[in-house]
Amino acid sequence: MKIIVPVKRTPDTAAEKVIGDDRTVDRDAGESVLCPVNEFSIEEAVRLKESQDAEVTVLLVGPESAQSTVRKALSYGLDGGLQVTDDAIAGSDALGTARVIAKALESREWDLVIFGNQSTDARTCLVPAAVAELLGVPSLTYARHLEVEGDTVTVHREHEEGWDVVEAQLPAIVSVVEAINEPRYPSFKGIMAAKSKPLDVVSLADLGVSADEVGAGNAAATMYEFEPRPPKEAGTVVEDDGSGAAAAQLADWMVDKKFA
Amino acid sequence: MRTTPFTTEHDALRASIRRFVEDELAPHAREWEEDGWIADWVWPRMGELGLLGLSVPEEYGGQGGDYWSTVVLAEELTRCGSGSLPMAIGVQTDMATPPILQFGTEQQKQDYLVPAMQGTKIASIGISEPDAGSDVRAIRTRARPDGDGWVLNGSKTYITNGVRADFVTMVVRTADADPGDPWGGISLFLIETDLPGFEVAAKLDKVGMRASDTALLHLEDVPVPGDALLGTVHEGFKQIMWQLQGERLIGAIGGVAGAWRTWESALAYTREREAFGRPISGFQVTRHTLVDLATEIEAAQALVYEACDAWNRGEYDVERVAMCKLVAAQLAFKVADTSMQLHGGYGYSREFDVERNWRDSRLARIGGGADEVQREIISKLMGL
Repeated sequence: MKIIVPVKRTPDTAAEKVIGDDRTVDRDAGESVLCPVNEFSIEEAVRLKESQDAEVTVLLVGPESAQSTVRKALSYGLDGGLQVTDDAIAGSDALGTARVIAKALESREWDLVIFGNQSTDARTCLVPAAVAELLGVPSLTYARHLEVEGDTVTVHREHEEGWDVVEAQLPAIVSVVEAINEPRYPSFKGIMAAKSKPLDVVSLADLGVSADEVGAGNAAATMYEFEPRPPKEAGTVVEDDGSGAAAAQLADWMVDKKFA
Repeated sequence: MRTTPFTTEHDALRASIRRFVEDELAPHAREWEEDGWIADWVWPRMGELGLLGLSVPEEYGGQGGDYWSTVVLAEELTRCGSGSLPMAIGVQTDMATPPILQFGTEQQKQDYLVPAMQGTKIASIGISEPDAGSDVRAIRTRARPDGDGWVLNGSKTYITNGVRADFVTMVVRTADADPGDPWGGISLFLIETDLPGFEVAAKLDKVGMRASDTALLHLEDVPVPGDALLGTVHEGFKQIMWQLQGERLIGAIGGVAGAWRTWESALAYTREREAFGRPISGFQVTRHTLVDLATEIEAAQALVYEACDAWNRGEYDVERVAMCKLVAAQLAFKVADTSMQLHGGYGYSREFDVERNWRDSRLARIGGGADEVQREIISKLMGL
């Protein structure tokens, strides 16, 4: 089985962000990391690699400096990397990014693509489904459990009330949520081996993507303004004075908020 | 420009270990201190992560890394909030098992080194006795030949991991001291702790390093098979002198890294704590104290890294290693003591880690060869 795991380089969520004049995060201004959600998609791929002898390739769309992110992903024990680097991609929205990823996937053979359900920077959750739509393959998103048997993939698709069991024929695209597994730490052996794993860097032209399909200028979504999230408001504190009044107060609060 | 000995791969390893230490070890440090026992799961978990054999060849379950990868582990473990844990792990990785890799047979490597790297067997090093410490030639634990094997009698004390160990790399007398060969007659053995006559006589109570189990071991007519002999019979003294270099160096690395951790927390406290209307870091006396310590730690680190570089190339200089051990042990305690002073009453309170660190770091000046022993080694090698 061949698996591709698309990953993203994201700003460290704990770091201070610099927003440039183009209203995008200046990715070279702060510390960047492998998107933490990708640790879960990589872990799932590594588990399939261990149990089913899958070959796993990591795919990254990003600037040249993101190569360290590809190596980081490879250090978990993946087999090789494909990096799409092209200045024209800068500022792409979710749809533009999906177009590039779809073309990159078309350039390779694969049975299963495992995305994280969202990236910790944009958090649109759109890309996996958009890629599946562009490629005309099944899309199984928000997986909290994943199994592959023969040419069938089964996931538990998480939603507010629990989960649905959804299955599809391979090839298929899956996105996973953080509840799916407990990611491992890369071993030193893996870290050292990552240096010598094959990594192909390709341009838009190599993939047959026209520059007018991607980039800030061709984005379907336009950012007009932004502002920091308002600070968290203080919650309601119910003090227990031993009289039992607190329980009633708590019950009223739950009814008021429609929890009960 | 990169001026450190560490590569980007070492940096990645460091990030990975730091996360493990912060997420999985540090939250338990206080509980282990109170229990007087590091949870047993730490060994197999670290084995699973490949952290118990970073510098061991891959064929024996190690990660095949260089010595700097071991340095990274020793440095990062100082972030766990317990002095006991780096010591217990250091015994496993850098004191009890290197002689197996260096002197052991293929079978011994498979039977002891591999499970030690996996964390499924816990290792101890058995040198000190009730009447002999750094004076290794004075040890009395005795092995007498018996058929194809040996029978052991004697005692070992201050044995780290000794209460829970699966095996002890033990220094034992195998022949009477010969005035013509004062270093002969001593041998190393790999002693399994479930042999009849092997007894953990006591779990010793200590000032510090309280989460680490320290044992007094008694051996009474313990039957030991012939293949438990590690290396060459009667050559154990030389072998253990080699082992002690690695033990002292890893201790020195931990000492310097621990001093940095202590210094960082002292700095943070002095910036927070106000007296007479300003943070105490605003007083010249505080700043100069911190600067002096930082300067000494930098200097000690440079000496230790130089010795690590030599060790990494397969060389070692006994005099330098003794200097590293001496300076790091003294400094770790000095910084801990100064930090207690800077913390005032809070430093003396059991509520914070300052006093734990003060108690833990005191051991370094005694264990693994006391300050005075290091000075004697240096003095001899200098021909004073």
